[in-house]
Amino acid sequence: MSQLTLIGAINQGLRRAMESDSKVLLMGEDIGKLGGVFRATEGLQKDFGEDRVIDTPLAESGIVGTAIGLALYGYRPVVEIQFDGFVYPAFDQIVVQLARMRYRSAGALYLPITIRMPYGGGIGSVEHHSESPEAYFASTPGLRVITCADPADAYWMIQQAIASDDPVIFLEPKRRYYQKAEIDTRAELADVPTMYKARVALEGSDCTVISYGPTVATSLQAARMAAEDGVSLEVIDLRSLSPLDLPTIIESVKKTGRAVVVHEASSSGGVGGEIGLCLMQSCFYYLHAPVLRVTGYDTPYPPSRIEDDYLPDADRILDAVEKTMKY
Amino acid sequence: MGYPGLTSSKFNGHVSRSGVVGGTMDQADRVVQLLDSNGSLVDDPQYQSTLNDASLLSLYKDMVLIRQLDIQATALQRQGELGLWAPLLGQEAAQIGSGRALKSQDYVFSTYREHGVAWCRGVDPLDMLRFWRGTMHQPWDANLHRIYGYQVIIGAHALHATGYAMGARLAGRVGTGAADKDQATVAYFGDGAMSEGDVNEAFVFATTYQAPVVFFCQNNQWAISEPTKRQSSIPLARRAQGFGLPGIRVDGNDVIACHAVTTEALDRARAGNGPTLIEAFTYRMGAHTTSDDPTKYRDGTDDEFWSHRDPIDRLKILLRNKGVLTDKIESELAAEAGALAERMRVGARELPDPSPLSMFDHVYAGPDARLDEQRRDVEAILAQGQVG
Repeated sequence: MSQLTLIGAINQGLRRAMESDSKVLLMGEDIGKLGGVFRATEGLQKDFGEDRVIDTPLAESGIVGTAIGLALYGYRPVVEIQFDGFVYPAFDQIVVQLARMRYRSAGALYLPITIRMPYGGGIGSVEHHSESPEAYFASTPGLRVITCADPADAYWMIQQAIASDDPVIFLEPKRRYYQKAEIDTRAELADVPTMYKARVALEGSDCTVISYGPTVATSLQAARMAAEDGVSLEVIDLRSLSPLDLPTIIESVKKTGRAVVVHEASSSGGVGGEIGLCLMQSCFYYLHAPVLRVTGYDTPYPPSRIEDDYLPDADRILDAVEKTMKY
Repeated sequence: MGYPGLTSSKFNGHVSRSGVVGGTMDQADRVVQLLDSNGSLVDDPQYQSTLNDASLLSLYKDMVLIRQLDIQATALQRQGELGLWAPLLGQEAAQIGSGRALKSQDYVFSTYREHGVAWCRGVDPLDMLRFWRGTMHQPWDANLHRIYGYQVIIGAHALHATGYAMGARLAGRVGTGAADKDQATVAYFGDGAMSEGDVNEAFVFATTYQAPVVFFCQNNQWAISEPTKRQSSIPLARRAQGFGLPGIRVDGNDVIACHAVTTEALDRARAGNGPTLIEAFTYRMGAHTTSDDPTKYRDGTDDEFWSHRDPIDRLKILLRNKGVLTDKIESELAAEAGALAERMRVGARELPDPSPLSMFDHVYAGPDARLDEQRRDVEAILAQGQVG
């Protein structure tokens, strides 16, 4: 067992992936000597060399575009986008080029590329450092969109993402980077549950709270508070936003009859709306109340001094739970 | 130089009648030419042709055949057999000259207009038509032919080529000196793409990592309706200097010069001496695509001007004067072109439509529950249609 922070788990997961496959390359801005602005790649260039931990020019489209060429050559690039808000210059390369290679070549060519990205707010940072762009990618056919919520998942899921033959957008909840946990790193990757399967983070019976990434911890906090009032919340960590593990969600909501979806990203066009409609289709006769959402508002990310008013917190989650309970 | 249209204008930074950016013609702006528009060989201080008569004749045949291919495909579009076609008319020398400089181990990323390059890579013209007829997005085996499919997004593939070349370098396939091992990668794009961020980022990455990549820009002077002056106030090749790679301008209608400069750039790349930008100065004789109407933005005087600088005519004159191109060869070539046209006319109509259900294939590596459900929906709709 090792005690690791979430960022430390990413670092160790990257190291293990590089040890097990010599085709794995890391690419990104400041990832070499500096070890990345969050130190996700600390020590890796020293141990694996400049040809496998590649400091790139400051050009996000260039990084993803050249990663595509490297993958066509037979490499397995892992790209770091320094912050969520910096990914947009690479949008064409990701959603048009990366996502469609397998499809447009009728399976002849594929791109096993992982794009790592710290995402979400709550760190008091300046503009463009706190965004949640997952819906753009989750609505793009051909991409897998994965997000971890705790150190153990970070350790295993980054390795699964790198091993995947599909391109993976790997979203890391930056405000949970320093959360710690004990991880049994001796297990074999093949024996770990797939990243595409949602995780029941807490079992409960009255209402299902569905979340992912940074707001899983917030949802668990809300569940503890609800328990004091005698309300039992089941918390589901989606882990995968594309594909969505609908069977796990449906099973839970058929049991509780109530659902609240929680995410930091804006409400409109978001993952919550998708889940709500899927639940209406699959659980219509089981629902005791409409599915509700607790999300960031439909504004650009606000200045950080008021981000606590923007981000879903336990109180807003409990308000939504109460609405469904009283419906 | 004596190359009409490429002389300097007294209006610095303005555009001459033929669309060429004027200004002082320093060494970086000179145009490499080995065969002039009258079919006479020209000496160049830096480049010599290594092509023998048989090779020249072979290039001539290639150009005649791809012009036929282009004419046929354009006709097939007019007849409603293709959804669209991007004609290469006028750019035969740039494509064949560069394409025949490639070695089998090299790799190409091209745009939607490089039918001539695809031809050089052994791609079946009927496979090219699959894309334009709308039956497949990437209709040939990219790894077999070592040319990736048509790229429609302007400039995006310049980065893919650069990354591929970085891969060759990492894999030790550069600078070994083994003739069949060292690998170069070529990115083909046009003058319009020179404004795209991806192309400029590709120059940055290529020079940073000394990637064995050749950027082959066919400056056909028109990005749909936008002339080169809307892309640049200096000759495009001169941009290379700012990125730290050699930039070469070549007469894009001179197949011998295109072959010579591309051969040199490929050799430099394979030897591990880094990337090159080639600007092949040519002219798009036809429309951007079959959906375009150039009469809305061109008055025809340039068409007239460039019709006297045809890439095929000048090589024909040379080969005739050398006695290499005989009436017998001409008639055999005409028959071969006719057979190609016939094969395309018949073959295009026989290209099978994909099955509707195939739209669900190859989105992901493995099965996907959502797609499986949607596939079943379409199966049901199709089954109803059969019953009805």
